[in-house]
Amino acid sequence: MPDAIVAEGLVKKYGDVVALDGMDLSVPEGTVFGLLGPNGAGKTTTVRILTTLLKPDAGHAKVAGLDVVRDARRLRAHIGASGQYAAVDDHLTGAENLEMVGRLYHLGVKRAKQRARELLERFDLTEAGDRPVKGYSGGMRRRLDLAGALVANPPVLFLDEPTTGLDPRARASLWDVISELVTTGTTVLLTTQYMEEADRLADRIGVVDHGHVIALGTADELKDQVGGDRIELSVTSAADLEAVRRTLAPLAVGDIQVNATALQVTIPVTGGAAALTTALGHLTAERITVRDAGLRRPTLDDVFLTLTGHEADEKIKETVR
Amino acid sequence: MNTLQMALADSMTITKRNALKIKRAPDMLGGVVLLPIVLVLLFAYVFGSMIELPGMSYTEYLLPGIFVMTITTSAQITGYTLTLDLQKGIFDRFRTLPMSPSAVLTGQTFSDLITNVTSIVTMALVGLLVGWRIHTSPLEAALGFLVLLLFAYAFSWVTATVALALRTPEVFNNVATLVSLPLVFLSNAFVDSARLPGPLKVIAEWSPVSTLIQGTRELFGNTSAAMPVPSAWPLQHAVPASILWSLVLLVVFVPLATRLYKRAVSQ
Repeated sequence: MPDAIVAEGLVKKYGDVVALDGMDLSVPEGTVFGLLGPNGAGKTTTVRILTTLLKPDAGHAKVAGLDVVRDARRLRAHIGASGQYAAVDDHLTGAENLEMVGRLYHLGVKRAKQRARELLERFDLTEAGDRPVKGYSGGMRRRLDLAGALVANPPVLFLDEPTTGLDPRARASLWDVISELVTTGTTVLLTTQYMEEADRLADRIGVVDHGHVIALGTADELKDQVGGDRIELSVTSAADLEAVRRTLAPLAVGDIQVNATALQVTIPVTGGAAALTTALGHLTAERITVRDAGLRRPTLDDVFLTLTGHEADEKIKETVR
Repeated sequence: MNTLQMALADSMTITKRNALKIKRAPDMLGGVVLLPIVLVLLFAYVFGSMIELPGMSYTEYLLPGIFVMTITTSAQITGYTLTLDLQKGIFDRFRTLPMSPSAVLTGQTFSDLITNVTSIVTMALVGLLVGWRIHTSPLEAALGFLVLLLFAYAFSWVTATVALALRTPEVFNNVATLVSLPLVFLSNAFVDSARLPGPLKVIAEWSPVSTLIQGTRELFGNTSAAMPVPSAWPLQHAVPASILWSLVLLVVFVPLATRLYKRAVSQ
């Protein structure tokens, strides 16, 4: 299958700050690629370059077969973009917002109106469609913004942190909408700082840190890369945390993580349920009270931690745009 | 669609967007309709009752000044709206669309032309009620309104440039007020510039605002033989000089605003 998005060696600097440092990407047609990383990792900068908003300092990229710098103008007819900051007009109604976008895609008056209605219905905004956006909830604005990106039925869609700042219900409903889109053959590049989101939506995931991709694969491949399972234990007192770590150290196949505030210990193990039984046996022998114990597959958080040495949300700094 | 057709169609789309926004935001409408009414009434009755001019009523002298004061204020809507839009993601959306990039600024300035037409019509009607009259031919009067609108349009590009350089709504508002007030008061809008002291007189007589007001007065016939026109060149040739000023502003500020817009949004 040909690639709908290819980026090679993208570099972007803002003064001394290196936002992108050799970003490589390839996304086959009709698939969803998740760009996962903390704030400031270079996700938004990548999307801005691929959507022709920004010129790279080095490297090149093609979207839908068109160069993002040289063919920028032609490319814009083939992409849709929905950003972190819902780009909708407060004083306009939902319908007017979509019609305006349709007109700017040069669909013609009639088609733009018709398309606006179709999209409002598809995004469950029919009722709100004739009210000014001012009164919309955060989730409704995001849906409208996403609808705006779909006005021209673009073959390639860029979603920059589509659910950041939404409550869990609004997020889940937006996930449904995005999953449905994907079934129609659209290629999607999605950025997120939520592991769960990438896991849920993306066929392949690129983990980004310091402006380039540090790991690439399906969610399962990435989890396998980290290896084994995780035993997660909660204890009743902070004093027990060190004892747990000491007792279970021989079972661990990687770094044991201790979360002092949650009174939680995570131990990477092999051997699945048997390892959990063994661990609990050791702890009972040491008379350590365990409040909760479980075995789980590694999450993408574990992946991030293993790959970068820091947690994804640990490094919240000003987003470099 | 060729490039020019596309630029026009896109400008119209953006104009419509802005016009809808003004319609829905009563605060803006207040600035466009109510403020001009209040200004005309205040100046006509407060100053009009105190100031006597040789050979003509102060209200007739005043109205062109109020017209110009209001259009320089209304033109600031362009700048203010741009700073507000810059803070949101809307320009990013526009820039990922296959639209004409220049349409954002032309659309914005077009919609301000519409608000300026509204302001001027309102003021003219209220002016007629309080005693302002046009003493010239319909053609000259029409030219008077056109000269005003041309300047208003050119001035929108000036405020766009300032706004795109400053980028935040608060800073823009402060600067715009600080600049536009002296610009209007240091002119022949409310007083006879010939009677101002030395340096102020020179500034007032060479100010584009004075030129425009003088030009408008002449085209509406709001002049008095007892009040000779100062000898400064632009005031002696006020109508062509007003048009010239507007053209110069357009030639300088359209490319400048366009460049600053590109710079502001490509970061």
